[in-house]
Amino acid sequence: MVDIRNISPRAGDVVLMVGTSKGAFLFRSSATRTTWERGGPHFPGHAVYAMAYDGRAGRHCLWAAPESTHWGSVMRSSDDFGRTWSEGEEGNVRFPADTGKSLQRIWQIAGRDDDPSTMYCGVEPAALFESRDAGATWSLNRGLFDHPHRPRWEPGGGGLCLHTVLPHPADPRKMHVAISTGGVYRTDDGGRSWRTAHQGVRAQFLPDPHPEFGQCVHKVVRHRDRPDVMFLQNHWGLYRTDDAGESWKDVATGVPSDFGFAMAIHPHDPETVFIVPLEADTFRCVPEGRLRVYRTEDGARSWQPLTRGLPQKDAFETVLRDALCTDTLPGAGVYFGTRSGKLFASPDGGGRWRALAEGLPPVLCVRAVVVGGSGPAAGRGTARPRARKP
Amino acid sequence: MRVTFVLPGPLHALAGGRAEVVVDSAAATVGQALAALWDAHPALRGRVMTEDGRVRPHVNVFVGHRSVRFTGGLDTAVSDGAEVAILPAVSGG
Repeated sequence: MVDIRNISPRAGDVVLMVGTSKGAFLFRSSATRTTWERGGPHFPGHAVYAMAYDGRAGRHCLWAAPESTHWGSVMRSSDDFGRTWSEGEEGNVRFPADTGKSLQRIWQIAGRDDDPSTMYCGVEPAALFESRDAGATWSLNRGLFDHPHRPRWEPGGGGLCLHTVLPHPADPRKMHVAISTGGVYRTDDGGRSWRTAHQGVRAQFLPDPHPEFGQCVHKVVRHRDRPDVMFLQNHWGLYRTDDAGESWKDVATGVPSDFGFAMAIHPHDPETVFIVPLEADTFRCVPEGRLRVYRTEDGARSWQPLTRGLPQKDAFETVLRDALCTDTLPGAGVYFGTRSGKLFASPDGGGRWRALAEGLPPVLCVRAVVVGGSGPAAGRGTARPRARKP
Repeated sequence: MRVTFVLPGPLHALAGGRAEVVVDSAAATVGQALAALWDAHPALRGRVMTEDGRVRPHVNVFVGHRSVRFTGGLDTAVSDGAEVAILPAVSGG
């Protein structure tokens, strides 16, 4: 019998949400981030590719997308940090019958900062779902689904997934999404219409390395204070745009490889970005057996390796696209998990690292949140699917 | 026409905590009987079936001791008193 541990965060604590191939784990620390306690595994036996925290409108709501080999994927939420979870029956993400599609996986969960009732999730096969009631019900974004490119998007190694959702922080009409392989698409009219936003991003696995679409974008990040500047980790290539994706420039200078998946931006400095380069698409491990996070502090003009506390020998590690993140404390914590089940944390923007856990199942996603307000409280905010004992 | 559905543990919570559900309907096939089960417990449908109306690939449906995959799929006939078991396939990692 699996022993599921619970955590009891207080306001100001840091909580790490760690999705793995066999369940979700929660790690809690005070703001000092010196001592961590582990919670979970929640949804034991289920792969959890996406997790999120909704702290808007006074909520303290965890979201997770557990995926059963047998029973499929659902969105589930918890108002008490995992003691109870909604079953998700009302909130299940389902393709309408006329699409002929069925949900394979939920890859990303995101909320709008400027509208506490709006949430999004990106799924496989590549599509965007929206909720206008804080996750109680979901509907397919038809504008993107009906895009003429969609039937010609091709699956990458992880499947045909919409894995990145970037709502504009202040303009509800604008949003970017990224699809592997499709590329980056943007809407400027609230999701009714979409157009490509990946000019300059190459697809070197195609005869034409600059096709209209079909780029294998792995991750895109941006800072809320400067939304037109974005950084992109590609299937070969690191890029920056200063015009919200109208044009991208290659910024892979000083990295051992421009192949990789994970990318995260500093919470307080829009010029600081973290990546974990991998050797190649044919050997998706960190180069030279050295586990190095690379950081730029000058907007990707240069990159420096961060190694203090990370294994620098015989470390054949892989960090997946959503397994790297930052917290929002002044000394920016940085966190990542590996496919070999290690979880690392840095309390100082990557200066020094320590392992928080080893022996977890393969890590699929890591998200960090600083618990706000007056601490957890059930039932606040907009109605959501009811909670049940797991 | 009474059909008894036997549910696996992970689905009990979606059927009011029950391991067995008896459905009384005019169903002549297992597909029709399942539709009556969804009417009684709508949350079960999304776990057993894909959106496009197929039994999930790693789920098996048995009428008696025979998998419907080999007896006509959802068109497999059911008779009064039939027992239909929904079981997870041997898969996973």
